[in-house]
Amino acid sequence: MTTFIIRRLLQLIPVLLGVTILVFSLMHLTPGNPAVIMAGESAPQATVEAIEQRLGLNDPLHVQYFNFLGNALQLDFGTSIRDNIPVFSHIQPRFLITLELTIYSMIFAIVLGLLAGIVSAVRQYTFSDVAIMVVALFGLSMPNFWLGLMLIQWFSINLGWLSPTGWGDPDQLVLPVIALGTAGAAIIARMTRSSMLDVISQDYIRTARAKGVKERVVIFRHALKNAMIPVVTVIGLQFGYFLAGSVLTESVFAINGLGRLIIDAILQRDFPIVQGAVLVVAVSFVVVNLVVDISYRFLNKRVDLN
Amino acid sequence: MSENILDIKDLRTSFFIEGNEVKAVDGVTFQVPEGKTLGIVGESGSGKSITALSILQLIERPGKIVGGSINFKGEELTESKNSRMRDIRGNEISMIFQEPMTSLNPVYTIGQQMRESYKIHQGLGKKEGTKRAIEMLELVGIPSPAKRVDQYPYELSGGMRQRVMIAMALACRPELLIADEPTTALDVTIQAQILELIKELQNEIGMSVIMITHDLGVVAETCDYVAVMYCGKVVEYADVETLFENPKHPYTVGLLNSLPRHDIDQDELIPIKGNVPAPDEMPTGCRFAPRCPHASDICSKLPGLETQEDGNDVRCWIYTEEWDGEKGVAVYDRETTT
Amino acid sequence: MTEKPLLKIDNLKQYFPIKGGFLGRTVNHVKAVDDISFAIGKGETVSVVGESGCGKSTTGRAILRLDEPTAGKVEFEGKDVLGMSAKEMRRMRSEMQIIFQDPYASLNPRKTVRQTLNEAMEIQNVVPKKERNARIVELMETVGLQKHQIDRFPHEFSGGQRQRVGIARALSVNPKLIICDEAVSALDVSIQAQVLNLLKRLQREMGLTYLFIAHDLGVVRHISDRIIVMYLGKIVEMGETKSIFENPQHPYTKALLSAIPVPNPKKKAERIFLRGDVPSPIDPPTGCRFHTRCPFATDKCRTEVPLLEEKDEIYKDKHSVACHYALDIQQGKHKPKYNMTDVRKNLDEEGMDNKSKEKQLENA
Repeated sequence: MTTFIIRRLLQLIPVLLGVTILVFSLMHLTPGNPAVIMAGESAPQATVEAIEQRLGLNDPLHVQYFNFLGNALQLDFGTSIRDNIPVFSHIQPRFLITLELTIYSMIFAIVLGLLAGIVSAVRQYTFSDVAIMVVALFGLSMPNFWLGLMLIQWFSINLGWLSPTGWGDPDQLVLPVIALGTAGAAIIARMTRSSMLDVISQDYIRTARAKGVKERVVIFRHALKNAMIPVVTVIGLQFGYFLAGSVLTESVFAINGLGRLIIDAILQRDFPIVQGAVLVVAVSFVVVNLVVDISYRFLNKRVDLN
Repeated sequence: MSENILDIKDLRTSFFIEGNEVKAVDGVTFQVPEGKTLGIVGESGSGKSITALSILQLIERPGKIVGGSINFKGEELTESKNSRMRDIRGNEISMIFQEPMTSLNPVYTIGQQMRESYKIHQGLGKKEGTKRAIEMLELVGIPSPAKRVDQYPYELSGGMRQRVMIAMALACRPELLIADEPTTALDVTIQAQILELIKELQNEIGMSVIMITHDLGVVAETCDYVAVMYCGKVVEYADVETLFENPKHPYTVGLLNSLPRHDIDQDELIPIKGNVPAPDEMPTGCRFAPRCPHASDICSKLPGLETQEDGNDVRCWIYTEEWDGEKGVAVYDRETTT
Repeated sequence: MTEKPLLKIDNLKQYFPIKGGFLGRTVNHVKAVDDISFAIGKGETVSVVGESGCGKSTTGRAILRLDEPTAGKVEFEGKDVLGMSAKEMRRMRSEMQIIFQDPYASLNPRKTVRQTLNEAMEIQNVVPKKERNARIVELMETVGLQKHQIDRFPHEFSGGQRQRVGIARALSVNPKLIICDEAVSALDVSIQAQVLNLLKRLQREMGLTYLFIAHDLGVVRHISDRIIVMYLGKIVEMGETKSIFENPQHPYTKALLSAIPVPNPKKKAERIFLRGDVPSPIDPPTGCRFHTRCPFATDKCRTEVPLLEEKDEIYKDKHSVACHYALDIQQGKHKPKYNMTDVRKNLDEEGMDNKSKEKQLENA
């Protein structure tokens, strides 16, 4: 197990290097002189030169990259072009909000998805199974921004129950979490169902029943833990989609999260913020996948064999 | 004959697939005398495993027990409540299965799985349960049981896992053990260990055993009585010596004649012609008639399971008054096999 | 066997690398087949028997180069098989065919029997195109299938019939040698007898040579002329069928034969129970590989690898055995170290003696 974790951590190095190279080249792959783009077409030459100077754009490319990498390791992503405040100070509060939104949505998706999937599998081919799977198909097919708009229409405008914008109060949390979590819940439900169906037909489930174990215990103790093995992988992948999806959800619900920050920064051509924010998102995705891999190993002892 | 611990009469279990009824067990009748071993022998599709699962009421949808009676020590199991069946399973009647590799839950340790039985049936806690599990593992000949009890199934070999399955099945000292092809997936030297183990434990605990197998050698070695099944029906029921010495049903004879023996020289095997009929092409009369070398007109009607002079129960027209084929056919010609 | 053998195997080794460590280097090998030699004469049936992991299937695959052998020599009619180019090897495959245990897995489910047989003949090009259809009909008849089943798909056949299709496919290219890898193991006994009789008849009619790989010793006794017993990648005993079954010399062969249940309730076999399980082929025991489970083992067995020798004193010809003490055991000079008939004593690593066992029983 320790060997595995060490190996997995070592594998992170090339992945993270790749990520930094991609993020770094964002600025340089954009056509034209980044300094001109940031300053705006009509900016005086002196401003452009100042930006070039500040970002070190006159240095050779590899020097620029290693500077960027070295600074990034110290969480220094430079300062915002607009207000000269360090990028990290911009990102930190926004990232926490996005993280909250993502985690709440994940919890919503996992709880709802697992429950629906289990019920569906245990009652295969009954009305509840068909109903759950039809709803899941809808949930899967709806874009989260559209679902968000619909939710605002019904629950905020028509019924006036919940707040349509902002983040922090409980009544502000519900709609964005549903909007962001529904697709994930649907995917997890479908995966759980098929995985449970597969596990329920296994010999060891028959063994458990032959021991006199109650059906409820058979499902939740004997079947679920095995069925979770592929589901955990799906949950890990979902986390990435949730981070990405939060950009749109935050726009719809006017939440000041990382997604909003990135969009605003792009519109304002504030490259250091875009770079910093994208890097943070990418790194969190990589870290979550590491956690998923490790928990997968904990669940599935047999992998240790190889 | 001693008291019967299990008495099955006209048991019928069917599977309902796309509106069709597939009769997997089609009127099975047999008894298990107390303390004895009954072998159920038959080829794939004979319904022997479904019969076993029916006894424990473990038939899953789309299968269903549609008729007959299963009498266990005077109690009618087909009418028992779920909660009563759960008390019986793993406690009074236990079962071990063919595939030791897949019959243990891969994500729990041996100890966790064994403790569960003690918890359900005897209300034992973790400490006491572990102690009993270790004792039981030692009893079935698992080396260093205190270490093994905390291991996962994948850490054990096939033979070891089958020992664990046996230990688990015998945890609560059942009165009846159903062993469904317990050694089919194992190598022959390991099979010998497991069969001997079951026999020894049977004597120690004093339980009865139903041994389900396709291997006539296993039957001859381990069983006191034998029920031969073909296409969901018992075609012959006899004590083991009578069955091997004087088999009556043409199917039983066919099985014995097809068997390549390792202990004697044979010139030629005499196979049974044709194949087992598909469920939708099942003959309405004697199920074996299309493959039977002696089949006659009357075989288009279903014969009953009739007791013969020497105690065999045989389902064949040849041994009845109504027989219209060749009289006095030598169904079993010992010369061909010994 | 006095004439030149059809197939000759010399010092065949098949090691499979095990990858591991941080960089996925080869850290060890599974020694699936470790230095075996034997020969098969034309028209003979030789069986390789042993329990799972003994290397019998690997041997069959290595001969056909389905897995490239690590070392050794395979000669077919005097030609060096392992040195052949891919093209020569393709031609060679029409002389050597293999039939597997699960015919369903080895038949293309989307091809009818006719297409399957046609394809086999096309690849080898042994039968002129015009004659192929007639040949297919003939093959169907030979293996006992009906003419009207020619255009059916594999799933429309029962297990026994599918195995017949597998045999027809093997025969379609007029092979000289057929390797039957557990070819009848999955079949019910009544169907198995049909297929065994078919294989015997084909051998009589076509002069085929079989290398029969099986674990069922009843089947093996019935079909073979000679038998090779393998244990953990090595041949432990080799000889004529009657001689192996009636006068086994190696303690492993004896245990293996004694373990088979006899279908005769009046004949209770004197059984030898082996200790524990087969060791891992990754780090096989030193010396004689069987010493960890052998009741006769001594220090010599733990260090010295016994050679496969013909022990003329025991049995005249064509019977060889790889055991230091075969002769002494036979003459009663070398006694077993422990009781071989106790099933629960056989496993102990920690030396649970009879006393503590009895105590166990009382407690339980």
